[in-house]
Amino acid sequence: MIELSPTRTSGGRNRRRGVSPPRLAGLVGGSALAIYGITRRSPLGLVFTVSGGAIAALGAVQKRSRRQHSVWSAILVNCSREDAYRFWRDFENLPRFMNRLETVTILNRGRSQWTAIGPMGRRIRWYAEITSDRENESIAWNSLPNSDVEVNGEVRFVQAPADRGTLIRARIDYSPSLGTSSALAKFLNKGVNFLMRQDLRRLEAIMEAGEIPTIEGQSHGPRDVVTGAMRVADPTRPVRRGSNLREVFARRRSVA
Amino acid sequence: MKAVCYMGVEKMTVENVPDPTILNPRDAIVKITSTCICGSDLHLYDGLIPTMEQGDIMGHEFMGEVVEVGAGVKQDKLKVGDRVVVPFTIACGNCFFCKRELWSCCNNSNPNYWMAEQLMGFSPSGLFGYTHMMGGYAGGQAQYARVPFADVGPLKIPEGIPDEKVLFLSDIYPTGYFGALNADIEAGDTVAIWGCGPVGQFSIRSAFMLGAERVIAIDRFDYRLRMAEQGGAETINYEQVDDVVQTLKDMTGNIGPDRCIDAVGMEAHGHGLVHTMDRLKQKARIETDRPFVLRQAIQACRKGGTVSVPGVYGGFDDKIPLGAFMNKALTMKTGQTHMMRFMKPLLEKIEQGQIDPSFVVSHRVAIDQAPRMYKIFRDKQENCTKVVLDPWANGAMAA
Repeated sequence: MIELSPTRTSGGRNRRRGVSPPRLAGLVGGSALAIYGITRRSPLGLVFTVSGGAIAALGAVQKRSRRQHSVWSAILVNCSREDAYRFWRDFENLPRFMNRLETVTILNRGRSQWTAIGPMGRRIRWYAEITSDRENESIAWNSLPNSDVEVNGEVRFVQAPADRGTLIRARIDYSPSLGTSSALAKFLNKGVNFLMRQDLRRLEAIMEAGEIPTIEGQSHGPRDVVTGAMRVADPTRPVRRGSNLREVFARRRSVA
Repeated sequence: MKAVCYMGVEKMTVENVPDPTILNPRDAIVKITSTCICGSDLHLYDGLIPTMEQGDIMGHEFMGEVVEVGAGVKQDKLKVGDRVVVPFTIACGNCFFCKRELWSCCNNSNPNYWMAEQLMGFSPSGLFGYTHMMGGYAGGQAQYARVPFADVGPLKIPEGIPDEKVLFLSDIYPTGYFGALNADIEAGDTVAIWGCGPVGQFSIRSAFMLGAERVIAIDRFDYRLRMAEQGGAETINYEQVDDVVQTLKDMTGNIGPDRCIDAVGMEAHGHGLVHTMDRLKQKARIETDRPFVLRQAIQACRKGGTVSVPGVYGGFDDKIPLGAFMNKALTMKTGQTHMMRFMKPLLEKIEQGQIDPSFVVSHRVAIDQAPRMYKIFRDKQENCTKVVLDPWANGAMAA
């Protein structure tokens, strides 16, 4: 049976070792200062950003590999266990519903190469290896040593009672190792659980409806400045580093 | 194409916008032949439901001809040239809720479901032209519309039946019927219906179809009460009685109406201190709705009776008499209409001549007149009950 009330809370952090209070204070305070600075958009703001970032970095340094984040979520999908397993087992399908994944390429011997858009539009690449594969029941994978990040994942497929379809339960453990910016990355990454739930909702739509509902590209009347700005800044859609910002923003402005 | 756009509170304009295109495989494009303004559009006109944005295309009651279908729509379901009525709720047809015929609760049709989840815990289905929280889909007060999951919603209409007879299958006729069905009417029942707008009118007629002995209709406009009388209802003009609840008691031998239907919703009119407070709180945005009618329905309902709510509520309501609701052992049923359950059977009733829904129409105008008609409809001028728009006519064509 699947455990529906895991020991970890949803989106919670699994700390393997305690963080000393001063370091935690530096991390949180520094990050807050940095974010405040970013929002100021003035010379003083720049000072805040740099100094806050530095404090946060000092707070985060040395414990990169000691801290692991874990997120889990589950979704009930009206499809058979076989279909759900088959769809997920082909990792190249994953970018269809995991928004931040760019590509997954299957290599050999259960290995695959993954690229994703990380915090601040930075491209992250890692290699993964399937560690456990039980047909129609579960798949687990670990990232390999030569990766930008450490990401281990597991997904389980459980038959729901009374024709309710399949319960898909996914868990991701990750510990970013992006150098000193990792503290800020983690801070900004609070929404990972939210993103994961959104991913699973897209998976549900693909499995049940065959497509993901959208209004992107539909026609509309003239938008006001505020609405236009909200569309352009939409934080749920990452901008890849190095992409032509003018093009991205023009496209977003035209979006419903 | 021409489209009626929301440009701010009490500000609708007809804009020239790009024609819609297929965005998903199961989409279709419909060339609209008739469309209308719904009473629930007036909540948007008054700026009372959050997440409307300037430039949104209005409208969720429309019909027309299919001019394009996506690659994912099977020919036997829908093809170019089909004449269809489009339901206002959008449903995927294969999720937990669609499989249980809870079409208006579809899990996969609202791309902005997370907004609705903030307010309601879970998101209902996507709707046409009804806020970004409900999907942000462009609506049907336009010359063309994109219809997602076109193999599930649109109902094919045979040639020979005029638009006006079947147009209201898109929302208000099934909604009025659903309101009456939700009331669990049994033989001999007296049904009280608040609101004699189009939904109320269809609830009155549906209540009789479902076996009600008496229907008592409540409104304040004589022309609407007369229309209710034509449907067989007794009427109360609430501005001419001291106390609606007491009047209902008197009319039912002190037992109360067995079933109460709130076909008014969040912008109820009333009088007294409580109503004034509601108005102030709604203006100050500390209460989204004015649940005057809902309170009255709960108070008036006979013990062990049913309150059915087809009227639209948007958010949070104060002073709902839950004490009365609990102690009187009432049942409440509500929901956006599960359209696909009712469209076909109700079309059959129209084909058999049991009902001609076009009796509610008071105005037939060109789409260019839509901005003016919103105001007339909202203020109940010109004995307005239902406005039908012709998206292709030019200028005024008053009826």
